[in-house]
Amino acid sequence: MFCERAMELEDGLRQVLEEMKALYEQNQSDVNEAKSGGRSDLIPTIKFRHCSLLRNQRCTVAYLYDRLLRIRALRWECGSVLPSALRFHMSAEEMEWFNHYKKSLATYMRSLGGHEGLDITQDMKPPKNLYIEVRCLKDYGEFEVDDGTSVLLKKNSQHFLPRGKCEQLIRQGILEHVLS
Amino acid sequence: MTEELDLPGQDSDAGSEEVVLTPAELIDRLEQAWMNEKFAPELLENKSEIVECVMEQLQHMEENLRRAKKGDLKVSIHQMEMERIRFVLSSYLRCRLMKIEKFFPHVLEKEKTRREGEPSSLSPEEFAFAREYMANTETYLKNVALKHMPPNLQKVDLLRAVPKPDLDSYVFLRVKERQENILVEPETDEQRDYVIDLEEGSQHLIRYKTIAPLVASGAVQLI
Repeated sequence: MFCERAMELEDGLRQVLEEMKALYEQNQSDVNEAKSGGRSDLIPTIKFRHCSLLRNQRCTVAYLYDRLLRIRALRWECGSVLPSALRFHMSAEEMEWFNHYKKSLATYMRSLGGHEGLDITQDMKPPKNLYIEVRCLKDYGEFEVDDGTSVLLKKNSQHFLPRGKCEQLIRQGILEHVLS
Repeated sequence: MTEELDLPGQDSDAGSEEVVLTPAELIDRLEQAWMNEKFAPELLENKSEIVECVMEQLQHMEENLRRAKKGDLKVSIHQMEMERIRFVLSSYLRCRLMKIEKFFPHVLEKEKTRREGEPSSLSPEEFAFAREYMANTETYLKNVALKHMPPNLQKVDLLRAVPKPDLDSYVFLRVKERQENILVEPETDEQRDYVIDLEEGSQHLIRYKTIAPLVASGAVQLI
């Protein structure tokens, strides 16, 4: 999905923009010629170049917007902190878009219901059980549960924990739901 | 939990009528709104009163649980109930946000051209979110690509570029209130308009556009 590097994004995009500039300049000079020199046979060429320009614009915007949609999906899958591997593939402007989106979403979630709001990035699946069996995939350390007791999450240890608390850690890949 | 909840009436004629709902009825309404929103192709009217009441309800439940004896079986059952309700509520709000993001220029345009007194599809917070999303995206596209393009191509008409919700998509529904003389428009040129009656309790597969107003009024339930 993110196998293009940020460099290639720049390169490809720059090439498209340069081509558009060249096309446009050619068109400009032709339009002037057509107007002043009465060369109406240039008009089809002008139209054709204009169509190419429009197509380039559409393709560029579609590509950029598609990337934005994938970045948006990251917020919902990975949470508000992106793994650095992914951040490497994003341009500075994309990071800025992501930060704005994050902030917008956070403001919206806080406004729900009047107290502290509701985190709607949680509870993504219908709850089946209150407690679930989880296995720890990586060393995580101390993890505090609802009633104040804390559990030590060491690699390969298994625990029986409240589902709500685990959801975030399961998505981050630290815990794994064990289905018996 | 036998307290009743006050919900402001849906009609906007003189003053606001208070509709009193039991918690069970409230959750029912939430589930209905949730299913309608999931299966409708467009963003439906916002139900922020239901959202607020449900959040209040969840708060109540949480406080009750805190005071309850630990290890009591009732506690687990109530906790499950809370998690279920929270899931439905989150899913409902997520569904709405996704539609807002997917159709953002159209949603904002509809809000701009809405007449006074007509109910809004967006809550004020959703409206702010939609506006910020649009501004964010426009700024991004401008800075990364558009401002480097030739002068006559520096604008993109988002209303045309972003697809509209497909109101012709088919939906399943169950009829709650009997409807007569629903006009069904033809799909192909060979067919003609015909009229159908919807019997209470019957289930249908029909184009969303035909029954959109019935969803809004609560006469049918999308399933």
